[in-house]
Amino acid sequence: MSISVNHISKSYKSIQALQDISFNVNEGELFGLIGPDGAGKTTLFRILTTLLIADTGQASVAGYDVIKDYKAIRNCVGYMPGKFSLYQDLTVEENLEFFATIFKTTIEANYHLIKDIYVQIEPFKNRRAGKLSGGMKQKLALCCALIHKPKVLFLDEPTTGVDPVSRKEFWDMLKRLQQKGITILVSTPYMDEAALCDRVAFIQNGELLEIGTPKNIVKEYSKKLYNVKSDNMYQLIDSLNTFKYTYSAYPFGEFVHYTDTRDEFDIKELHSYLKDKGLHNITIEITNPTIEDTFMALAK
Amino acid sequence: MKLFIGFIKKEFYHILRDRRSLFILFGMPIVQILLFGFAITNEINNVNIAILDHSKDVTTQNIINKISASKYFSVNQFIEKEQDIESVFKKGKTKAVISFQNDFNQNLVKNGHATIQIITDATDPNTANTISNYVNAIIQSHVKELNKGINIEYQIIPETHMVYNPELKSVFMFVPGIMTVILMLVSAMMTSISITREKELGTMEVILVSPLKPIQVIAGKVIPYIALSVINATVIIILSIFIFEMPVQGSLILLGFESILFIITALALGILISTVSATQQTAMMISLMGLMLPVIILSGFIFPISSMPVPLQIISNIIPAKWFIIIIKAIMLKGVGFSFIWKETLILLVMTLFFIGLSIKKYKIRLD
Repeated sequence: MSISVNHISKSYKSIQALQDISFNVNEGELFGLIGPDGAGKTTLFRILTTLLIADTGQASVAGYDVIKDYKAIRNCVGYMPGKFSLYQDLTVEENLEFFATIFKTTIEANYHLIKDIYVQIEPFKNRRAGKLSGGMKQKLALCCALIHKPKVLFLDEPTTGVDPVSRKEFWDMLKRLQQKGITILVSTPYMDEAALCDRVAFIQNGELLEIGTPKNIVKEYSKKLYNVKSDNMYQLIDSLNTFKYTYSAYPFGEFVHYTDTRDEFDIKELHSYLKDKGLHNITIEITNPTIEDTFMALAK
Repeated sequence: MKLFIGFIKKEFYHILRDRRSLFILFGMPIVQILLFGFAITNEINNVNIAILDHSKDVTTQNIINKISASKYFSVNQFIEKEQDIESVFKKGKTKAVISFQNDFNQNLVKNGHATIQIITDATDPNTANTISNYVNAIIQSHVKELNKGINIEYQIIPETHMVYNPELKSVFMFVPGIMTVILMLVSAMMTSISITREKELGTMEVILVSPLKPIQVIAGKVIPYIALSVINATVIIILSIFIFEMPVQGSLILLGFESILFIITALALGILISTVSATQQTAMMISLMGLMLPVIILSGFIFPISSMPVPLQIISNIIPAKWFIIIIKAIMLKGVGFSFIWKETLILLVMTLFFIGLSIKKYKIRLD
């Protein structure tokens, strides 16, 4: 077991940040912590990286206790905080060199680990880190977190504020790192990234809602889900929300995802209801739930 | 060790690339020392004075010549009547009028005493006071010359003997104080800011999750500033020697070592400040308010400690700057050796060790 979390709770004054969280991450696993802002993801990361002490519960990383053996953990994990935390006034190369030095290694020794990523930012190696674009900053931060060949990598929202292309590249890199045997715990508010993890845990308001592989989580979705579309999106959601059999209705791309309170129902009934509300070009069709639908159902 | 050098290298990059802090580091000391040295002084230079000479004899002429020959005064006007004195002052340029009585020389020779009136413009009481002291000194020295080789004593001469600073040069008093203020402020403020900056930017979070030990982080922060502060201290001493012609009577090496000790004291205080402040701004405020005021007011830099109320005198003992000012005044002005200042040095050393110990203990190995 690479990371084990047992009944961890943490509160700040009046706010309960984490409530009885338990889960395990296997060695070499790419584990995703999915949840909206303020769910408690960062707090959990800080507890696991020995930066905070939990109120109750116990946790271990790479076999070391997060409180007792904090020094050992600090030697063998890589941590990329949610906020960009490199030296803005140092160049790309100087940052990397600094982090290599404080982990008692050199860039050359572990170059193979970061090579894929570093070649992309190498043309800018003499540029100050503060002048890099969002995507490049994240790549550099990842390089710095990787340079000492950590056993476990903690990435707190690494793709927030990064463009879609860079996000895709970033996840490709994580996959490659995973193949090198590094355990990765990554948090993200983006549902589409959840599907790329081996296993995910949904977290909201400090509580763990669900853990499992993305596939199994989707399978657990029990309701029939419909794509509803019309010419007026706003009015459509409004009308669906006042429909007496509506269980849930929320926008999803160009559609509204709709579920009914009844197990079986006639599509025509909904169709005519919407038509009476003055909507046109209405289409209603059954669709497969995604991981986001599962989360929405769980979070309800 | 390599780890350590890497950390120090990084600190130097920070300092050298941040123009603003570089300016504070090197610009402020020079500006301050020049400001204090030239502008804020008690001494007088080329003060305009007027002469009212009723006697116009050899002695008065000699005294006038002596006064106008000194660099403190320039005689810009001769007036004839008492009534003119007021109008001279009203014009504002003349700060003092020196008036000789009738038959000045005769009186002196016959009666053994003669009077000179020194009338000063007391709108600036300090200057007025200084002027009258200076004029007095010149007259006394002249009287002394007159009396030379003559058995009759013309006058009782009050002996004013000024030790260490015979010319009453206030800059000599200010330099040790300024040096203390600058070293304290620059060292403490810069380190506390540089540590809190890491907290603010989030880099502290990454540094914490690394094998770096607290002592390594602290030492890594302190060493670059020791080097820079030593340069600062050197610049201040060079400025005071070459611009203000301040004599350094004692050993420069001893002065250097004592300065390094005080720099370390200040740096330790800076680290202590950074452990209790979360942002750069708080760190700066605490450094300015918590250090600059006590250093200026309670260290004996401007106000003599002996004339303070007893509670403040007691408090002044815990101000490291007080001891450092005593030490460097002793070295620079009196030229004493280590045997005279070992007690003050020891106090400073104990304080420094205490601050370092406290800041290592207070250094947080986790986030708050």
